[in-house]
Amino acid sequence: MNEILVLAEHREGELRDVTFEMLGKARSLGKASGAPVTALLLGAGVGDMAETLKAHADEVLKLDNGNLKHYNSAVYQPVLAEVVKTRGPALVMIGHTAFGVDLAPSLAVALELPFAADCIDLECAGQVWKATRQIYEGKVNATVSFADAPTVLVTVRPSAFPVEEGAGEGKVTELSVAVPDEPAMRKFLEYVEAAVGDVDITKSDVIISIGRGVREEENLSMIEELAASLGGVVACSRPVVDAGWLPKDRQVGSSGKTVKPKLYLAIGISGQFQHLSGMKSAETIIAINKDPKAPIFTAADYGIVGDLMKVVPALKDKIAELRA
Amino acid sequence: MNIVVCVKQVPETAEADVKLASDKKGIVMEGLPLQINEADNYALEQALLLTEEHDGDVTVVTLGPDSSDEVLRMSMAKGAAEAVRLSDPAFDRGDPVATARALAAAVKDLEYDLVLTGCISSDDGNTAVGMALAECLGVPHATYVTQMEMGDGEVTVGRELEGGLVEKLQMKTPCVLGIQTGINEPRYASIMGIAKASKREIAMKSAADLGLDAGSVGEEGSRTRLEELAFPPVGEGAEILEGTPAEASGKLATVLREKGFV
Repeated sequence: MNEILVLAEHREGELRDVTFEMLGKARSLGKASGAPVTALLLGAGVGDMAETLKAHADEVLKLDNGNLKHYNSAVYQPVLAEVVKTRGPALVMIGHTAFGVDLAPSLAVALELPFAADCIDLECAGQVWKATRQIYEGKVNATVSFADAPTVLVTVRPSAFPVEEGAGEGKVTELSVAVPDEPAMRKFLEYVEAAVGDVDITKSDVIISIGRGVREEENLSMIEELAASLGGVVACSRPVVDAGWLPKDRQVGSSGKTVKPKLYLAIGISGQFQHLSGMKSAETIIAINKDPKAPIFTAADYGIVGDLMKVVPALKDKIAELRA
Repeated sequence: MNIVVCVKQVPETAEADVKLASDKKGIVMEGLPLQINEADNYALEQALLLTEEHDGDVTVVTLGPDSSDEVLRMSMAKGAAEAVRLSDPAFDRGDPVATARALAAAVKDLEYDLVLTGCISSDDGNTAVGMALAECLGVPHATYVTQMEMGDGEVTVGRELEGGLVEKLQMKTPCVLGIQTGINEPRYASIMGIAKASKREIAMKSAADLGLDAGSVGEEGSRTRLEELAFPPVGEGAEILEGTPAEASGKLATVLREKGFV
């Protein structure tokens, strides 16, 4: 079987975890199918990264070019298309990240590749690929098969696979593919860091976090009282920020903060993977949610299935009783 | 400035007890309220705000069953000028690429400076149709957009990356942008608007109307196939504290005390 090609993702000089997660999965798929694993490294001044990747792949294809300094789909896509056309990999893996979701779908159209997005598992049975992905915001798993094609494209969900240690000694190959100048149709300007607010939730041992289930802005005061009684801060999932109830710096998740408190109490949060990725390393996770099938319960140590409007006041009373 | 917005009707499943259909190829839709996909609602609002500021019309386009007329009418009630629905059994069960191909056939003949889509749908969650659509149309794209500033023949865009970092880009129009939730505050339709929209025409397009071979779209035109749905394995999961709210929270308070939080 032809190679498994993994697009190495990096930002501001650092390889991102999803790169190693994909390479680890690619190696186990490679073992099962006989396919070699190739890491494709596009960037500027990426020599050190190539050395790191050697341990994780049979071959590292390196293209070092100033035009590739910042990710830009308008530059990356034609380069990637050329590499895929010349090498004919059996499988192309790209992270389902802010970069990957911007790059993979248009590449799939341009090369007419069978394409599945946000995969949480992949298997190869008798030279046939199958992917598992989630629908309905993590409530249902879908198995997807691909049309018979020389190359199949997937994006892979961050944290779906563990970061594997690399022990191999792959070779580094310099690629000679023409890199276009950044076109006027899409130019990178700059990265802007998120604004810093009054409370740094990453510094707190106790986080009381709320989600869509809180429903009304006026219910926030009840949560703030609970947080105060536990000496914690109030954080949230994305819908609460979208609604304008809490500022962006209180958001836990992939596009917000990553927190590792001693206690994470998730109230009315369903637990989509974007949120879980920001809090799954908390020491103790407790979830209160109406829906027993909410994905948050798979990440939690303790759970209460119930209406938060009833559970939160009752919990506040019980804590007060214990303190009395 | 004219803007096309692609919208989709989805079932509200965030707090629903989702059940699988007997063929394991879909979920039981009965009893689930239908609504505009959340990110699409922000895309629509963004289009309305921009056309209010810079003049021009918003056209909403959807691919979906009869019930999705409701989403188009609600969009017109909020201010969209025209509505198009891709209505043909041939479009059903397409993967993101096949769906993008169908949408492109409808969008390419419209006059537009921007195409806005939600960056993700809450049902299929591919995060892909908008960007695939851009490639089908041959125009530039960017997704996870949380900031927009219009210039002359160009737009400055802020894309939200992991960790809250924002990537600023300058793009030429026309282009396709995938709009992230939270970029604005979506409005509600007025009663008057809803009444007026109920009488408006929706342009229906079949595959043949769009010059598409039925085999190139929908399930037949897809290069991936849904095999089977299942509930995610529960794993170890949480220890559920049972009882009435008072009982369960009593147990939780005890856990919190044992762990030294109370």
